[in-house]
Amino acid sequence: MSPVFYLLAAITVGGGLAAVLLRNLIHCALAAAVSFAGLALLFLSLDAQFAGFVQFLVYVGAVGILIVFAILLTRNADEQEGGLFSRTWLMGLAIAAAVFAVLGWAVLRSGSVLPNQLASPVASVHDIGVALVGRYVLPLEIVALLLTAATIGAVIVAMHEKEGEQ
Amino acid sequence: MTPLTGYLLVAALVFAIGLGAALTRRNAILVLIGIELMLNAANLNLIAFWRYGPNPEALIGMMFAIFSIAVAAAEAAVGLGLVIAIYRHLHTTDLDQLNRMKG
Repeated sequence: MSPVFYLLAAITVGGGLAAVLLRNLIHCALAAAVSFAGLALLFLSLDAQFAGFVQFLVYVGAVGILIVFAILLTRNADEQEGGLFSRTWLMGLAIAAAVFAVLGWAVLRSGSVLPNQLASPVASVHDIGVALVGRYVLPLEIVALLLTAATIGAVIVAMHEKEGEQ
Repeated sequence: MTPLTGYLLVAALVFAIGLGAALTRRNAILVLIGIELMLNAANLNLIAFWRYGPNPEALIGMMFAIFSIAVAAAEAAVGLGLVIAIYRHLHTTDLDQLNRMKG
């Protein structure tokens, strides 16, 4: 394992932990953006350039901005009494720790049977484009429909009710 | 430790952090951030298996990850829209107070 991997893993995990634990919601959103950027860099280190840059654009750009806007629109909700965590936080923490224990155990135990091709694959944007409009054209169309429906649905759900009634 | 094992462990850790956020935080937006972290951990698994698995030129893991990113973006938009609608209606995003289905 290279030092670059450890650095990127530390950025990703540290950003995720900060996003979960910080008190200020804006700080949480920025820490989540750091974690998404770390994941994008991990994609780049896995020779998946296209997925890495898509991750940068979609998560660090679009989803990060969307979360910040949602926080600003629900602004006076963050001074809430009774702490950051719900009443059943101990059970949630135990479930998360148990899931990590099971996943880590499974990964470490199956180390010898996992594939390990060291030759780095070539996936140019040209190849991905040809695959998207060739073999995967039906999923691509379904995703386009899903994105249209989600955009319209999000606007309708978040729209002012009074404007719709008149 | 092979490289794939390291990536899978990082993905498991990010997934557990996201699950912890979704289960313990009281603010609905933080729960959505936790769900996004879980989806991202799954994407990291897909890309890592694509990189180290056989037949990478078939691009299967890569395609899974790209479509998963698109679906996750749609989910984030709808989820945050729902949070804003609930806030307009009930003036809170505290999940401990949202305990009735009647509007």
